[in-house]
Amino acid sequence: MAFFRKHIKTIVPILVLYALVVVLDLIPGVPMMLLTVLKKGAIYSLVAVSMNLLNGFTGLFSLGQAGFMLLGAYTYASLNISSGLKPIVYQYYTPLFRFSITEVLSGVAGSAGAVLGIVLSLVIAGLVAAFFAYLIALPVLKLRGDYLAIATLGFAEIIRALIQLEALAPVTNGSQLLRGFPYFRGLFAPFLISGVCIFLIVLIINSTYGRAFIAIRDDEIAAEAMGINLAYHKRLSFVISSFFAGISGAMLAMYQTSVQANTFKSAMTYEILLIVVIGGIGSVSGSCIGSFLFIAMSEWWLRFLDNSAYNIPGIPLLRPGFRMVVFSVLIMIMVLFFRRGIMGDREFSLSFFSKKTRGEGGRSDSRRETDE
Amino acid sequence: MSENMLHDTSILRLENITMQFGGVVAVDNLSMEVRPGEIVALIGPNGAGKTTAFNMITGVYEPTNGQISFEGSPVVRNHPRGKISKMYAGQNADLYKNKETLSPSVDRLTALGMARTFQNIRLFKSRTVFENVLIAKHLRRTRGFFSAVFRLNRDEEASWREESLSLLETTGLSAVKDENAVSLPYGLQRRLEIARALATRPRLLLLDEPAAGMNPQETDSLTAFIARIRREFGVSILLIEHHMNLVMDISDRIYVLDFGRMIATGEPREIQNNRRVIDAYLGVEEN
Ligand SMILES: Nc1ncnc2c1ncn2[C@@H]1O[C@H](COP(=O)(O)OP(=O)(O)OP(=O)(O)O)[C@@H](O)[C@H]1O
Ligand SMILES: [Mg+2]
Repeated sequence: MAFFRKHIKTIVPILVLYALVVVLDLIPGVPMMLLTVLKKGAIYSLVAVSMNLLNGFTGLFSLGQAGFMLLGAYTYASLNISSGLKPIVYQYYTPLFRFSITEVLSGVAGSAGAVLGIVLSLVIAGLVAAFFAYLIALPVLKLRGDYLAIATLGFAEIIRALIQLEALAPVTNGSQLLRGFPYFRGLFAPFLISGVCIFLIVLIINSTYGRAFIAIRDDEIAAEAMGINLAYHKRLSFVISSFFAGISGAMLAMYQTSVQANTFKSAMTYEILLIVVIGGIGSVSGSCIGSFLFIAMSEWWLRFLDNSAYNIPGIPLLRPGFRMVVFSVLIMIMVLFFRRGIMGDREFSLSFFSKKTRGEGGRSDSRRETDE
Repeated sequence: MSENMLHDTSILRLENITMQFGGVVAVDNLSMEVRPGEIVALIGPNGAGKTTAFNMITGVYEPTNGQISFEGSPVVRNHPRGKISKMYAGQNADLYKNKETLSPSVDRLTALGMARTFQNIRLFKSRTVFENVLIAKHLRRTRGFFSAVFRLNRDEEASWREESLSLLETTGLSAVKDENAVSLPYGLQRRLEIARALATRPRLLLLDEPAAGMNPQETDSLTAFIARIRREFGVSILLIEHHMNLVMDISDRIYVLDFGRMIATGEPREIQNNRRVIDAYLGVEEN
């Protein structure tokens, strides 16, 4: 209860948001685009927060997110393709997994079993991603700055190539897509899963381990001198971040209803990085707000720019593809003029609107600027 | 040697410590000790190798040769190996040849019971004064990751917070505990670095130029502060300092380095009148 009272100004807006989500799920006639943006936004929120944990809170510039999402997506999909559909999906191969976790568990315990099956598969998806992170952590985390970014980016690209190998086809279906697994029907499930995962990440950030991560980001040499084991904590942060990236990859599979390696190109990692930067490096709520804004802009609000029917007569500016031009310009303006992002390293809460907090935020802004 | 070690009552002992960077011998065959409860000063002109000695003691650099013991047991040991062995310009190259090399990481040495401050202040810049101290408690954790995340370590957290607050109280920082660490005036930042180091519960405190950039009044108050810390926390202190008043006031013993070599050691009175020390500081050329 003390916890609730202390964080009331954060909890209330979150409850309001979830109530809205429930309402949108219940009423008919909600615009398709809004549903798309909200679903995808929820999923991107999780992966953006997971990237922020590593890049923003621990100060490790890693670009492997798409690779870990891909591992999660393939794990979830291959373990859950309905056994009836397997022969059709795996047209040219004999599937290695003859069962679907969700089907097996729903056979035992009905719809509760199905839910359990999905949750279990999501956790396994996270664990597979985390396992790969654990394996590459030792050599990769010795690298500094840009080299770490290059190595993790390379890892993601290698994974994307390897997953399409013939030898792995009984699981991954080669370069054909995977489909026929349980997917999201409403808004509530993706919001709930993302919400729980982000809550866990917030718990980690505010624990003594999170403080150690921030100490490493602020000053690695001082952190080590204060007894913080650098190798252990960097690896821990990397593994946790990848775990949640894996889960968000599985969620993306559920959203798209199919999985293909080419979805997880490095462009996806750059998108997530942009969201983190726009939201504010070191702000969890910033990453969430950034996700929804980014997805809304790229998928919805700027769509009219692609439609030549909206052109002012005589100025044939709008045409397919123009949306991306405007979008890129907006991003550039954002990054150039709001270098600390929407939230900086602050967190959203209702007291954000009161004068006091804003004053403090402003001061910390100017401090950062003089620091650089 | 081993007999010597058995009766070693010193808290820190350096034996034949040499650090060679490429062709530069930054510290040359340095042997010194700090006994329990002592305040020992390491002085010398710029570039003499004082910070390098600190970096070897705390595990930042692996010495090229020599051995460091903490509370009677060897913790760091090395002999010239690999590329450097062919160009080794120091002494006693063979003394540790057949012994196991020891090179623990910095955090391991901190966990053993030594803590340091930095010549160029290194605070956690996004954190408050209180959080800077609290972070230093992390290494004393007894619970694992999951109990920390799900707050099953409340008792441990509570005692850390209490200890951190009382530490800020004794170091006179409680009035600014919620300020951002780097927004503090310079003198208080230095004091906070000392408080943070004390939060790791060290038995040996290493201070690298704690009075750097301070005016005479601030230096005087720092001198009293360091003396009080030794009393209240029961720590031994090794400090590097250029302010001679501070050094002469509180040191029990002094080691003087020049060009990486120890040129004198003794009590403050002896050092003040030592010809070689005066020459070194005045920059007289050695032949
Ligand atoms: N990592 C390094 N690589 C190469 N040379 C180094 C390194 N660290 C220190 N040195 C050299 O070792 C010598 C001693 O430096 P050190 O920083 O220990 O001096 P100091 O006694 O602390 O001086 P000051 O009083 O100016 O702080 C200098 O010549 C320095 O250039
Ligand atoms: Mg120095």
